Amino acid sequence: MRKGPFIIIGVFFLLCLIGMISGEVKYVLQQAVSICLDCIGIG
Amino acid sequence: MRQHLRRIIQSLSALLLNGYWYFPVSRTIYQGRLKSICSPGLNCHSCPAATTACPLGAIQNFMAGIRASAEAARYHFGFYVLGWLGIIGGLVGRMPCGWICPFGLIQDLLFKMPGRKIRIPYIFSYGPYIFLALTIVILPIWVVDAFGYGFLWFCKFICPAGTLEAGLPLLILQPTLRIMVGHLFYIKVAVLSFFIIWSVLASRPFCRTVCPLGAFYSFFNRASLFQLKYNPEKCTHCELCYRDCPIDIKFYESPNDRRCIRCLVCLRESCAFGAISWEMGGLEGQSSRPKTSPVNSQ
Repeated sequence: MRKGPFIIIGVFFLLCLIGMISGEVKYVLQQAVSICLDCIGIG
Repeated sequence: MRQHLRRIIQSLSALLLNGYWYFPVSRTIYQGRLKSICSPGLNCHSCPAATTACPLGAIQNFMAGIRASAEAARYHFGFYVLGWLGIIGGLVGRMPCGWICPFGLIQDLLFKMPGRKIRIPYIFSYGPYIFLALTIVILPIWVVDAFGYGFLWFCKFICPAGTLEAGLPLLILQPTLRIMVGHLFYIKVAVLSFFIIWSVLASRPFCRTVCPLGAFYSFFNRASLFQLKYNPEKCTHCELCYRDCPIDIKFYESPNDRRCIRCLVCLRESCAFGAISWEMGGLEGQSSRPKTSPVNSQ
């Protein structure tokens, strides 16, 4: 079985975990719950 | 019949990612905790029905705020979103493009309209990497305002999904926003119109020429856990896979091509000779379509 994909998934899992620990989940939520005027084209 | 399975999954995904049907009453967007999760496909989080965050919007926000947050000793680099997308890419590569992305579904449906169809030149397939590098990473970090914040270049100037899913519905729902409409909005409507017309003429033009999310996933196509396998001994080069491929890939020339959206049409519908199979973490499978012997077929 190829090991490469598992290493890639493991590395990105760690990256995701680091992001979660550093409070990025809250930051994503804050941005996503407010209307993005840029996305609409009037920002 | 088999294509129907993909349509059902695409439709269910689109409904789940846009499952906040209270918006005609609330007249605003969903603001629940699900929005801390990023959608695997392109789906604007300012769409009134959206239940998840847009990964491209989220990444751009991190990039745009990277200078300001570093100055404030908050080191937010977007690892959460990058990691999440990398896990998906590492598992299945670009498969979310073919099976989950709501904007991909819209393009697929538009392409079903009858009429003359055109192919997209190969050179355009490098476009998504340019848009990924420029509008998602370089420009949001580089060009900043007086407070050190960058702009969401892709959302602001390009994203047709944002115009379709968020811009137009919100202008209908919130009349106060209409007075803010300016040239930028009309440019975005023009971009959307351009891609709608192009989607009728060519298969998935936005995915193939612009989408930075597809570009990111494409880095994983050859390394992901899910792989398509090519058996040259069974292949007759009949080119049925090429004829049916929505991205115009000749599977026998480039299995797991970076452009492949893993719709699996070649595996499930085109190849009658068993030349295409799949493998994922030790599990293997082939098309369930009745096989024809290459010898008998000739």
